[in-house]
Amino acid sequence: MRMKNTPIRVIRMADHIRFVLNDQPVELDGLSPMTTLLDWLREHRGLRGTKEGCAEGDCGACTVVLERADGHREAMNSCIALLGQIDGQAVRTVEGLQGPGGAPHAVQAAMAESDATQCGFCTPGFVMSAYAFAAGGERADLDTIHDALAGNLCRCTGYRPIVAAMTRVAGLAVEPAPQLPTRTGSASFDDCFHAPRSLAELVALRARHSEALLLAGATDLGLLASRSRKPPAAVIHVAHVPELTAVSETDKQVTIGAAATYAQAMPALTSNYPGLKTYLARLGSRQIRTMGTLGGNIGTASPIGDMPPVLIALESRLKLTSTRGAREILLEDFFLDYRKTALVADEVIESITIPKLWQGEAFFCDKLSKRRDQDISTVAAGYRLRIKSGRIDDARIAFGGMAATPKRAIAVETALKKDGFAAAIAAVETEFKPIDDWRGSAAYRLQAAKNLLRRLELRVTSPGQAVEVEAL
Amino acid sequence: MKGQIHTAHRHDSALKHVTGQALYIDDIAEPPGTLHAALVLSPIASGRLKKLDLSAAASSPDVVAVFAASDIPGLNNIASPGKQEPLFAEDKVEHAGQPLAMVVAHSLDAARAAAERVKPDIEPTEAILDVQTALAKQAYVQAPSTILRGDPDAALKTAPHTLTAEFSVGGQEHFYLEGQIAFALPGEDGDLLVHSSTQHPTEVQHICAQVLGCEYNRVTTMVRRLGGGFGGKESNASWVAAAAALAAAKTGKPVKLRLPREIDIIATGKRHGFDYRYTVGFDDQGRVLALDAVLAADAGFSLDMTPGVVARALTHIDNAYWIPHVRAVGYSCRTNKQSNTAFRGFGGPQGVLVMEDAIDRIAHRLGRDANEVRALNFYGPAGDETPYGQKIEENHLPRCWAEVKQLGDWQRRRSEVDAFNKANPVLKRGLGLFPLKFGISFNLPHLNQAGALVHVYTDGSIRLNHGGTEMGQGLFIKVAQVVAEVFKVDIDRIRPSATSTAEVPNTSPTAASTGSDLNGWAAWDAANAIRQRMVAFAAEHFGVATDDIEFADGNVRIAKPGSNQVMSFGEMAKLCYMGRVPLSSTGYYKTPKIHWDGVAMRGHPFFYFSFGAAMAEVAVDTLTGESRVLRADLVQDCGASLNPAIDLGQIEGAFVQGQGWLTCEELWWDKQGRLRTIGPSTYKIPGSRDVPVVFNVKMLENAPSREATIFRSKAVGEPPLLLATAVWTALKDAIAAAGDHKQAVRLDAPATPERVLAAIETVRTAAQ
Repeated sequence: MRMKNTPIRVIRMADHIRFVLNDQPVELDGLSPMTTLLDWLREHRGLRGTKEGCAEGDCGACTVVLERADGHREAMNSCIALLGQIDGQAVRTVEGLQGPGGAPHAVQAAMAESDATQCGFCTPGFVMSAYAFAAGGERADLDTIHDALAGNLCRCTGYRPIVAAMTRVAGLAVEPAPQLPTRTGSASFDDCFHAPRSLAELVALRARHSEALLLAGATDLGLLASRSRKPPAAVIHVAHVPELTAVSETDKQVTIGAAATYAQAMPALTSNYPGLKTYLARLGSRQIRTMGTLGGNIGTASPIGDMPPVLIALESRLKLTSTRGAREILLEDFFLDYRKTALVADEVIESITIPKLWQGEAFFCDKLSKRRDQDISTVAAGYRLRIKSGRIDDARIAFGGMAATPKRAIAVETALKKDGFAAAIAAVETEFKPIDDWRGSAAYRLQAAKNLLRRLELRVTSPGQAVEVEAL
Repeated sequence: MKGQIHTAHRHDSALKHVTGQALYIDDIAEPPGTLHAALVLSPIASGRLKKLDLSAAASSPDVVAVFAASDIPGLNNIASPGKQEPLFAEDKVEHAGQPLAMVVAHSLDAARAAAERVKPDIEPTEAILDVQTALAKQAYVQAPSTILRGDPDAALKTAPHTLTAEFSVGGQEHFYLEGQIAFALPGEDGDLLVHSSTQHPTEVQHICAQVLGCEYNRVTTMVRRLGGGFGGKESNASWVAAAAALAAAKTGKPVKLRLPREIDIIATGKRHGFDYRYTVGFDDQGRVLALDAVLAADAGFSLDMTPGVVARALTHIDNAYWIPHVRAVGYSCRTNKQSNTAFRGFGGPQGVLVMEDAIDRIAHRLGRDANEVRALNFYGPAGDETPYGQKIEENHLPRCWAEVKQLGDWQRRRSEVDAFNKANPVLKRGLGLFPLKFGISFNLPHLNQAGALVHVYTDGSIRLNHGGTEMGQGLFIKVAQVVAEVFKVDIDRIRPSATSTAEVPNTSPTAASTGSDLNGWAAWDAANAIRQRMVAFAAEHFGVATDDIEFADGNVRIAKPGSNQVMSFGEMAKLCYMGRVPLSSTGYYKTPKIHWDGVAMRGHPFFYFSFGAAMAEVAVDTLTGESRVLRADLVQDCGASLNPAIDLGQIEGAFVQGQGWLTCEELWWDKQGRLRTIGPSTYKIPGSRDVPVVFNVKMLENAPSREATIFRSKAVGEPPLLLATAVWTALKDAIAAAGDHKQAVRLDAPATPERVLAAIETVRTAAQ
């Protein structure tokens, strides 16, 4: 690590990135903290069991397992994870699974014995996803297994034998919690990777470093280092700020810290908004949900991010914080234009607050994509309805993939409240002008959005009826 | 005895795969001084390359050298002799993503950064971006080819019914998990060792030599394993290797060229998309009387393997059906896109779609059950000669058909699905059946040969080498089983070694499903030659007849009258050595019976046919076009399977890959002709949840190949991919249900939610 005199006042408890790899402590210096974990494993450590298949966190060949202090094992993509993020963590790779004398781990044996490998290139990634699944003590039902495998692609086997191996390893491995390196204060690596430990430090850094990008889970930003090979010049890593990782709820609302991972936020979200259960399971993959955050999904301001439409429909508010103080803004007002937001240079998104559903309110959401799992939405929609004696009394509706930003469908809502579903469906055409791209043509997006309202109508009017192929 | 033929035996690398110890080319430790290469690609689809200034790249940090067409000492040609396809574009740019130059640097990042600094000056010219435009302009990479039998024009005129239809199917990205890669290491006197992830080591050797302007004997290709191939590493691996070889030869340093995923997808060819138009004539029962079909393949910008792909599409136009009068014309359309190439099935999957579509429409027209119409038209009593003149000497179609309907409980589920559809306005289910006949052998007769090299060492361990490459399909274990069978030893005694042009020369690609057919026999031949020598020696040594020498259970038994002497195979090998018996042999095989006239499109191109049948059930959402495969039942003819565990994996994997091609995998070019689905985030291959919820796979039992294939087994690599056609048929059935079966359905593939929804809207509008 280069030591420089800088005006940045960050308490440096360590100049080294320290973490645990396959039970062994590692201390790194002389390396950019923007190096991807995968590159470090393969090129610097010579651990070449972990593979690069896509460098965009989508194929899972690079999957390794993060071992949390509480013993939880979570699969993650090493291709888009930056070394700076791994500071203080424990990581296990496929090489770290074998027992004494090189005996294959039970998960490895099960994969081999199930004929679950052909070309074998994707296999180490599958093994690591299977290991996290097994260590989690989860049930071997098909839905859970598919969920655990959604972040791993295999082009040879057709998956059946891999699923068979998963049923054999479910609940198999109870592994002790790792000893994590401790860090009591903030870190700054190479003066470009700032990892504050408190909100005050974070906003101070943000005020000082307008050039730095805010890094939460790196599921989007990491692509700059992995796929584009142009890592950002400077980042402020927000994942260690307690205020930003907290998840809390009162009887009126749920508050999710902007840097809480999906994995951390999911219990609170799915228990309060059951409609989100399937939706969140389709957001990325487990590998992505290990790292990705609501704040990142909102802050990156993609028109096809999964969370904004549902959060807008739920009337979510953002808390934006800076050294000047904090302000609240409705999420629907946050998105100004394509990739442009109301966040000013010295602000960070601190948290997202979502009102709980009132009695009589129902929440639904939909996502259309070419593939069911781990795909980006062609169209996404969230609906919060208040139904009084069979009539839509109030509605908040938002769409993703239908405009340059995630967008609330005000004309659709108005039409729905006033004249019912037929009018609401007609209003889609006037309110939205989607684009053509590889995920879908403008015509499809419009038609699909209209038809999603028909689906919504069916859900409201005939709740027992199956309206999705996944229900069969 | 472990690993006997016809028994399930695990992939020889399985434990290495799961522990991360299996080495792929990018995992080989690099010697110090290794350089890394990155390509400069054309950003536009069609143009004149006016200026290619590489100085910005050359002066970038850590850059060692830059290469363009003019730096090539041999030929700037990566096609086989007599054909032309440049390694680096010279004056003409013919697709977005075409390699223009290469940068070599001390690190991969330095090479990629420098490559991005090159801004080629290209004057755009008009691009042809789709098949229809190419047809209109008669832009072809080769002249149209035709299969003709009888007089289809006359037969169509007199047919009681005719109908005409059109549809199209998209291409497919191979998406092997390991991207294209080559690692070239220079030796003495201009020697080069090229580690290549290739299905065709000999072509890599030839193309490297052609580009370097050296003799073939200077280049050795080495292939331990591929991280998937599927046809995508047949011709495309060669140019990647040639580029690495060029840089290694010029710099004198080891050079690795690994294509990042998006570069791989942009720069390499795919499965050919096809547009179809056909007229079919039929009688009142639905018996097909004549077919007149036009198949227009999107060849991309160059020839590559399009002739073979189109020939296979045309030779599979009949699929399972006797068609008395046929004309099938195949156009190889030149477009300014990636040059399309081999992909598992090699035109066969595209060919069979025509009759499947036609029969659905015939059945609709006549108000008959499409699957009765299918069976009515099977090869059999009516006729058994294909339109290209090959007699079908073994026909498992009726058996496969009956078995799949039983496996899938056809009758019961047909009525269940119909009842469901009556009760459900939003979701519709569909059923599809598909019969399969697939020809096995390379369409080019000369490729149907193979060599092997077997050594027996004096401890009885055996080293096996052959020209086939291991890309996950289990070829190494299957061929090892063959050798173990010859010597009657445990398979653990056989050590398969990396494919190398230095050990077995002049090999054919591992392609066309022929890997175990060809290399199995070649290895058998080599092993058998050694065994014969051992037998002859032992007979003489022990003074017995050769018939008295028995190999069994890892031993050799000398059945001498009065004494039954047994020694281990190793002891016998040692004895043979002491007796100066050569324990090493090459082996060779060429497929019998085959011949083909590629101009007349007639002959006996296939050694045999593989048969199968599939039944699929799907559900579609008539509001969104989303679909789901609920169930698939497959029956696949593998002859007497050499290794049922490996073959099962091939069947399941091929089916899911075929399903992906026909459903979720969509290649999307923008209006400038740039491919935009260039990674797994935009190009969606099936995931584990997409596999049929119920997935029953059965190998046809008691069906040893009638031809003299290796231990009566049959090829399995490609045929089951076509079984996924049942999914497409089932989707059409579900869509038809959305229009109360009043309309025949046109469903272009891939059947993405968007296309399914459009098809539903069409049938509903027409039904009103």
